[in-house]
Amino acid sequence: MTDFPFLSILTLLPLVGAVVVALIPRQKAELAKTVALGWSLLVLALSIVMWIAFKVGGDRFQFRESYAWIPSWDARFTFAADGIALVMLMLIAILFPVVILASWHDVEKSNRSAPIYFSLLLVFEFTMIGVFAAADIFLFYVFFEIMLIPMYFIIGSFGGQRRQYAAVKFFLYSLVGGLFMLAAVIGLWVVGGNTFDFGRLTEIAGSIDQNTARWLFLGFFVAFAIKAPFFPFHTWLPDAGGAAPAGAAALLVGVMDKVGTFGILRYCLPLFPEASRWFAPAALVLGVIGIIYAALLAVGQNDLKRLVSYTSIAHFGFIGIGIFAFTSQAGTGSVLYMVNHGLATGLLFIVVGMFVARRGSNLISDFGGAGKLVPVLAGVFFFAGLASLALPGTAPFISEFLVLIGTFTVHPAYAVVATVGIILAAAYVLWMVQRTTQGNLNPALAEVPEMRKDITLREKVVVAPLILLIVLLGFYPKPVIDVINPAVEATMQDVGVQDPGPTAVVANERVAR
Amino acid sequence: MGDLKLPGIDYGALMPMLILFGAACVGILIEVFVPRRSRHVIQLSFAFLAVVASFVAVVVQHNTRKITIGGAVAVDGPTLFLQGSILALGLVSLMLIGERSIERGGPFVSQAAITVGSQKDLKQAGDQPGATEVYPLTIFALGGMLLFVAANDLLTMFIALEVFSLPLYLLCALARRRRLLSQEAALKYFLLGSYASAFFLFGVALIYGFAGGISLSQVHDAVADPQRSQVLLYGGMALIAMGLLFKAALAPFHVWTPDVYQGAPTPVTALMAACTKVAAFGALLRVLYVAFDGVRWDYQPVLGTIAVLTMFVGAVLAITQTDMKRLLAYSSIANAGYLLVGVLALNEEGLSSTMFYLVAYGFSVLAAFGIVTLVRDADGEATHLARWAGLGRKSPLFAAAFTFILLAFAGIPLTSGFTSKFAVFGAAIEGGQTWLVVFGVITSMLLAFPYLRVVVLLWLSEPNESTPTVSIPGFLTSAALVIGVVATLALGVVPAPLIDLSRDAAQFVR
Repeated sequence: MTDFPFLSILTLLPLVGAVVVALIPRQKAELAKTVALGWSLLVLALSIVMWIAFKVGGDRFQFRESYAWIPSWDARFTFAADGIALVMLMLIAILFPVVILASWHDVEKSNRSAPIYFSLLLVFEFTMIGVFAAADIFLFYVFFEIMLIPMYFIIGSFGGQRRQYAAVKFFLYSLVGGLFMLAAVIGLWVVGGNTFDFGRLTEIAGSIDQNTARWLFLGFFVAFAIKAPFFPFHTWLPDAGGAAPAGAAALLVGVMDKVGTFGILRYCLPLFPEASRWFAPAALVLGVIGIIYAALLAVGQNDLKRLVSYTSIAHFGFIGIGIFAFTSQAGTGSVLYMVNHGLATGLLFIVVGMFVARRGSNLISDFGGAGKLVPVLAGVFFFAGLASLALPGTAPFISEFLVLIGTFTVHPAYAVVATVGIILAAAYVLWMVQRTTQGNLNPALAEVPEMRKDITLREKVVVAPLILLIVLLGFYPKPVIDVINPAVEATMQDVGVQDPGPTAVVANERVAR
Repeated sequence: MGDLKLPGIDYGALMPMLILFGAACVGILIEVFVPRRSRHVIQLSFAFLAVVASFVAVVVQHNTRKITIGGAVAVDGPTLFLQGSILALGLVSLMLIGERSIERGGPFVSQAAITVGSQKDLKQAGDQPGATEVYPLTIFALGGMLLFVAANDLLTMFIALEVFSLPLYLLCALARRRRLLSQEAALKYFLLGSYASAFFLFGVALIYGFAGGISLSQVHDAVADPQRSQVLLYGGMALIAMGLLFKAALAPFHVWTPDVYQGAPTPVTALMAACTKVAAFGALLRVLYVAFDGVRWDYQPVLGTIAVLTMFVGAVLAITQTDMKRLLAYSSIANAGYLLVGVLALNEEGLSSTMFYLVAYGFSVLAAFGIVTLVRDADGEATHLARWAGLGRKSPLFAAAFTFILLAFAGIPLTSGFTSKFAVFGAAIEGGQTWLVVFGVITSMLLAFPYLRVVVLLWLSEPNESTPTVSIPGFLTSAALVIGVVATLALGVVPAPLIDLSRDAAQFVR
């Protein structure tokens, strides 16, 4: 079963779908949507088969495939997935059908072409799967760059106000990061003996000259920090998240930004272990600043989509400190956080999109007491908010807790400051929910006819799987943790760090399991 | 004195050049004897035939490695690769030059002095399908370029420089639309070009004084001898470099580029941006790698500074442009900077990656200018950027092609722009020139902005009444566009064959 070329087929499948959808004439919008949805469900089905075929406790990298591409540079189409990549691929496969269904009526308000929109979403899925499945640094870089293009057009052509500005800012920021990484990729290729193969490069990782390794680390790190985004490279995200259609914004923060944190785990740490340890204090400080700073900004936002974008930056701070704490609990917590954040923030963005579609405005001040008009939708909104603030019983709680205890064993001070972020999270989420759905009904709101329509069947189908997964993983995260753990431990081994003192490890593991 | 010994001539090795020069002469005779009505078709097909035959001659002798006619011409890997590139790019340029269906009379005018729009002018456009002398001129220019990259002594190089420059000066002046701009551009190009040629010639004289000979191998041997005058060497080298840097449009010798690119008829601009660049860099490579190899540590920092300057000038000034042709001109200046980064790697990788870059960039830039010829209104080409707003809605196909080319210029993967940048930067790091790569990356970021601005204009802006139409291209322009776009895509996705070819060719004979 594992001989089946899962990863290459999984990567190419959405691209084929995108071409098919793009060829559907503009008038047949319903057909285009249905085909896009069906195609993304096909991808989901294949991912589930792959998940089952993945041998937990087997090799670190599985489903490896390699085909020649540019022999003189030794660039190859190499795909392989470890546990971290596998859970991310699964998250992508789940989120895309949900988002496609959630975006069903997004295009109708503008005069743009629906088949193009859904085709762009599938192209985006192709690049996202490719970037997580690649095990050749050249190939990874190619996907890392081209994923900007579909998202650029999604934001620029189908977004809300200030979409042009947001799209250009998004593209330029990412491109700047990408070009730093390009320099580092070329440098790595030269010092690494003209190869791009991830496996071979990790073998020689220790022998790179210390100074060179630090510069190369920086090149990769800046690209990933912009993508994630970490403070102070974050300013593009609120604009992009605010201007993108809600579904695309869910993908932007739910999946695309994970490329940054994934890249740090997959490439920065194993390839430049010494440099990673050397830069870790700086990265931890950036993470903690990000948590507090973005949370404070989120509290002050009046725009729902920008607010959710800021919460996301705060969450990426948690993921960042989890990665650079270099303990297996924190590392596992970070990866789990990546998955849970994708589900919870994805849900929050989608629900916000449902509100915005009804009201025709992103501004919190245009709402107020909406719960009286659409009680069920408000309830879902409240749930998504609680999941996002990591309420115990929802999935993000487990991961946030793992990150904090894993960090506490080595850097108690950072963990304590980061905990303040949890309090601020409660503040921004609850205040947002209160101003939007609770309290007195805003009279202007009652005059909008759409606001009288509570959650529809389609919307129920959209939110149900996400809610289900958030609750399920909140109570029983073991299947996911079992997949992540060996990969994270292998990564920590690459970095050359060990978990501190046995008593702490035993105690922490009891909590984790 | 007694008997004069004639140098051996290998006609086979010279065949590509002989074919073109012969064809150009025949072209002039056609101009004299063939009636005006049928000239265009005959000239065009004859020019095509000549370029294809010359290309075939290059392919046939792809294994030739020799120096012939008394050491004046070297036919080796780089020569043949670059000659093949010039011919391939020249063929596509000819398609753009030969297009007559977009505008009545074509982009060239035979008697520019006739008042624009007068009865006589309209009659001229109706009777005479363009100025057919452009074909022999183009063939002469291409022939000169072939000789330029093959020249093995400095005098031959100078002659080749003049042979390809003079027809280009003329071609620049022949635009049917905006004639004053075109003539001004030609005069500017001619004057500055003559200065550059004079500098080059003066440099050759100094080098002759230094080395006692003008063949590149003599210069190479002389450079290794510490007894000789260093003043003559560095003075001569600097002056020769000026001449070559001028043709390659490297800062601070780039100032002619935007004016000439803007004023020249767009097909000629395309020819200059693609083929002249190949020729200029081919000669620069040969001079630096073959003749002045021994003083590489002396010129590397100087030319490195010039590369950095060029990249910055091109990138920063591209941001401020409001005219599409000028924007592309500054972009081509910045690209010359990237090419120089590859040249300065000074290793085999540097040679092969620069040659790869030249081909990749040539096809992209031909397609870009090809699309510029199509975006027109009643006054000819609408090159002001603001006029392109919303073109994506009106003609999605052409806007998509142009966007793709712009992404290639920005170096986005799966386009030739990415693979070629990757190749030259990789070579430069391998050659120990990491600082150049750092500046290359920084300027790439700057340069992405103007390209992105155009993409925004094309797709995200609403079209207004002044948005011009995209003319339906004739067969020739369509073919040129398809070739340019397909080459840009193919060299981005499967670059391996051309990379291998350039690697196999990357060895100069001395």
